[in-house]
Amino acid sequence: MPPTPPPDVPSLWSALAAAGRLFDRVLAGAHARVTLGDLLGGSSLGGRLEALRGRSVLLATGDQLTAALALIELDGVAGRLVLCPPDLPAAQLPFVVATAEVQACVTDRPAPEAGVPGVDVVAGCSPLLAPADAERRGGHPTEWILLTSGTTGQPKMVVHTLASLAGAITSGTPAEPAVWSTFYDIRRYGGLQILLRALLGGGSMVLSSAQESTGDFLMRAGAHGVTHISGTPSHWRRALMSPAARRIAPRYVRLSGEIADQAILDHLRAAYPDARIAHAFASTEAGVAFDVGDGLAGFPASLIAPRGGGMELKVEEGSLRIRSARTAARYLGGPVEGLADRDGFVDTGDMVELRGDRYYFVGRRGGIINVGGLKVHPEEVEAVINGHPRVRMSLVRTRKNPITGALVVADVVLQAAATAANGHAAELEREIIGLCRDALPRHKVPTAIRFVSALPVAATGKLVRHDA
Amino acid sequence: MSVKLDVLTQFEQVAKEQKRTLAPLSDDLVLLDSGLDSLCLAIIVARLEDALGFDPFAAEDADFPVTLGDFVRLYEDAAHAAP
Repeated sequence: MPPTPPPDVPSLWSALAAAGRLFDRVLAGAHARVTLGDLLGGSSLGGRLEALRGRSVLLATGDQLTAALALIELDGVAGRLVLCPPDLPAAQLPFVVATAEVQACVTDRPAPEAGVPGVDVVAGCSPLLAPADAERRGGHPTEWILLTSGTTGQPKMVVHTLASLAGAITSGTPAEPAVWSTFYDIRRYGGLQILLRALLGGGSMVLSSAQESTGDFLMRAGAHGVTHISGTPSHWRRALMSPAARRIAPRYVRLSGEIADQAILDHLRAAYPDARIAHAFASTEAGVAFDVGDGLAGFPASLIAPRGGGMELKVEEGSLRIRSARTAARYLGGPVEGLADRDGFVDTGDMVELRGDRYYFVGRRGGIINVGGLKVHPEEVEAVINGHPRVRMSLVRTRKNPITGALVVADVVLQAAATAANGHAAELEREIIGLCRDALPRHKVPTAIRFVSALPVAATGKLVRHDA
Repeated sequence: MSVKLDVLTQFEQVAKEQKRTLAPLSDDLVLLDSGLDSLCLAIIVARLEDALGFDPFAAEDADFPVTLGDFVRLYEDAAHAAP
């Protein structure tokens, strides 16, 4: 067994070193797999760990497996870990390097492409493990920096610790080992949560790959016997379009990152009748707030009441606000606005509406369509459209208008079996608009519907919205 | 089909969809008295843009129409100006 680092600095490595069955627990990428037992007996960093001690390290690997291996080794050794999402535009890299005062870079790219301007120390990372060069010493509390894709300009850099990231995770070794997976990239909050659940909860993990189709990923996940799997509602809508959705038989299905409407919850229930299906509310800044497991959209209003567990919710000016030990510490480089208000509440920017004894998410504060002074959240209209049995997913957009400033229009993707061809389009459009008229005020009803074969989903797993 | 007929058809169609009682259509009908509200007019303008391929309101110097006759003229003038 590897030596245990000083107990005053808990790290991923120390948590794993104290856990059992490490040779049965696997991190599986698209091209390679590594057992945790092998990792703790060697190094993915080619013996360069000490060169990174105490430094601000940019984790800029292409592959998710190498990223996961480096994370495990570097937590508790690096001073700061900057998780570089795979789609970070090259033009934003200098800002990230300067703001995080990056001193070293970990990469799995070949030497000519490996360098980052202004960073002298470059360490390679590979799933072909090298012998560890020395006894591992811990001792550095590590700051974790997550990047959120700002709608404009530079990314926001959000500061977490292992404690704030893992605050919602119950550690231990379950009776039935879990095999986790996620459609997310682990360099994003939603994906990182799943990696940490696998590592701290005694499980294994199947990592996705940007180069792999949804169908291929599902087949690989199925071959590894995935038991717990997460994604955004958009990820799941796409997955359910694939015949390979039947290749997995999860015990636990999790949704996060976007509003889970009733239609996607029902579709998942039908596809995986034996699974526990939960939608979680979490954001990079606010951390994991709560899980809802009753199969219904929205969340019980009772969650707003003060309660234990160190997590408090409130609704102010229509938006959900969260205070907990899992919220991020601050923004790096301190952009314009602070992360939390004076009382420590993080405004999520997610607008909620109380109907009966339940709150429903209606959309993002910034994404509002203004129809003659009346506000429309695209997501609330999409939730109605998605309730039509022949609709797979939809995107509600604004259309400029000289009379009311804007009108609501919708792009709709139909279920695989349905088709809008041969004159059915007009009939379907009438049906969908009729559904909206029954459920929504007039100004929220789409004035036109366009049937499309697909909707763009960003690397974050969320629908691409241009109106915000 | 003439531009005027396109316009009148949309007035009737949108009034029906939006369950509005439409006043008898005549050139001197004041739009605000037509039974249609701003949302209905907004939808009519959007539909006409799809059908005719232009939006006369996009022109910076467009006078806002007061009567149905003004409204139709706006579209007829734009149709003549269109290439």
